[in-house]
Amino acid sequence: MAATVARTVLKPRQVGARLMATGTSSSQRTALYELHKNHGAKFGPFAGWDMPLVYADQGALDSHLHTRKHASIFDVSHMLQTRIVGKDRHRFLEHLVVADLKELPVGGATLSLFTNPSGGIEDDTIITQQRDSLYVVSNAGCADKDLAHLLKHAKIFQNEGADVEVLKIDDHSLIALQGPASQKVLEQLAAVDLSQMPFMTGQFIDIKGVPCHVARSGYTGEDGFELSIPTGEVVSITQALLENAQVKLAGLGARDSLRLEAGLCLYGSDIDSTTTPMEANLVWTVGKRRRAEGGFIGADVILEQIANKGGARRRVGLVIEGAPARAHAKVLSAEGEEIGEITSGVPAPSLGKNIAMAYVKRGFNKKDTALKVQVRNRVQNATVVKMPFVPAGYHKI
Amino acid sequence: MALRILSKSFLSQRLATPIRHYATKKYTSSHEWIEINKDVATIGITDYAQNALGDVVYVEVPEVGARVEFDETVGVVESVKSTSDIYSPLTGEITAANSDVVKNTKLINRSPEKDGWLFKVKFEDQEEVNALLDEADYKKLTESDH
Repeated sequence: MAATVARTVLKPRQVGARLMATGTSSSQRTALYELHKNHGAKFGPFAGWDMPLVYADQGALDSHLHTRKHASIFDVSHMLQTRIVGKDRHRFLEHLVVADLKELPVGGATLSLFTNPSGGIEDDTIITQQRDSLYVVSNAGCADKDLAHLLKHAKIFQNEGADVEVLKIDDHSLIALQGPASQKVLEQLAAVDLSQMPFMTGQFIDIKGVPCHVARSGYTGEDGFELSIPTGEVVSITQALLENAQVKLAGLGARDSLRLEAGLCLYGSDIDSTTTPMEANLVWTVGKRRRAEGGFIGADVILEQIANKGGARRRVGLVIEGAPARAHAKVLSAEGEEIGEITSGVPAPSLGKNIAMAYVKRGFNKKDTALKVQVRNRVQNATVVKMPFVPAGYHKI
Repeated sequence: MALRILSKSFLSQRLATPIRHYATKKYTSSHEWIEINKDVATIGITDYAQNALGDVVYVEVPEVGARVEFDETVGVVESVKSTSDIYSPLTGEITAANSDVVKNTKLINRSPEKDGWLFKVKFEDQEEVNALLDEADYKKLTESDH
């Protein structure tokens, strides 16, 4: 007689919230799906895609550590890539994001935010200044929303006579090569000296003779490159990269613990449409000229908060004693008053400590503030720390 | 006559032989294994469970001496990405808890059904034991999970 309780010990209380997010009704697959399968990937749904979580050769923990020591390849082809062209492309995009796009040099890349009328964040994005276009990469979970937003406003601008067009890049697949060995690994296939390529720049480079866009950026806190490769060649280039013994495939499991250690936000968890740049501690993304001039959606709210140090809460980093604290765990003041909530939490593989991002009431966000976190029926000590939790390994010239 | 006496004594000898208790292994649909030895059950999570969880980084086991009810949360096993509650499949008293596995969480991945045991319960209700899945039923469950 079988046990009647069907609940499984494996129905995890919290899998990374975004990992279980569903997008479209039928799952999409990237051009690397078969390659992932051949490497024994365990797949999971993410933003409407079947993405590899982990591979047969190592667990998520070892994959994380391997990335910090050597190099890993992440399939990020599910992210949205767009190109914006036309004489008025800067004026157009500056209406939607907080970046100063006029000051950004050709080849320069910057993290920016799409904003909404309440001053909240609709997505974060990396924008690269190309010679006659803007190259925009944004989150898979916001792909439909971002594209609709861009197209809607492009139409408005076009109707007013502006010369601008938004083009979705459908024929290139994006992979991220991350880790201290990345430069040497890529140089083997690119036949160029990458030592003089600065962090947060992008350029067109031939990889194995194939023209690709290479950005020195990533989501791990390590040196690395995000490669936009013609989809017909992404499998062969990925395989060629994997021929280097230092390179292993890595999935979303390691990706999340790496980015959290690096203090990088996950849209939908640590930032969302209700969090303002001031609250999210992302005011640095608002260009100096933009702070003076405004001219982006929600500027009135955002600039007022910057001027008056407004916003009711602040995003902080926490180190927590005891059991790992996960998203939605309550944060309490030292006296036990509820003052906030954790948005992402993980037992940090590189630190052997439990780390988390949380929003706390303004005033409780100073470095070294002693707080408490509730995990199940226990209250555990926590301390506010500056992020990143792990020192960055970005390339310095 | 001698034969009958002989056979009688033979019979009584057989009855006097202690009945061997073989440890029985049972399972729950929540992927715990239960090894029954007389009235003490040793409990852990199955190989299927540790594989699905990934690298275990944190473990909590119940306190020795605690009384637990069937289905009560008695511990937790966490991987980098997820938290899984451990439920007691039997009502009774915790007679032992594996402190090794708390210090060396990798034991659960390496040896989930032996060195990675979590706790022992002195149980009271044989009916609860009978209600657990046997190996064949558990295998069927894990196979259908694909």
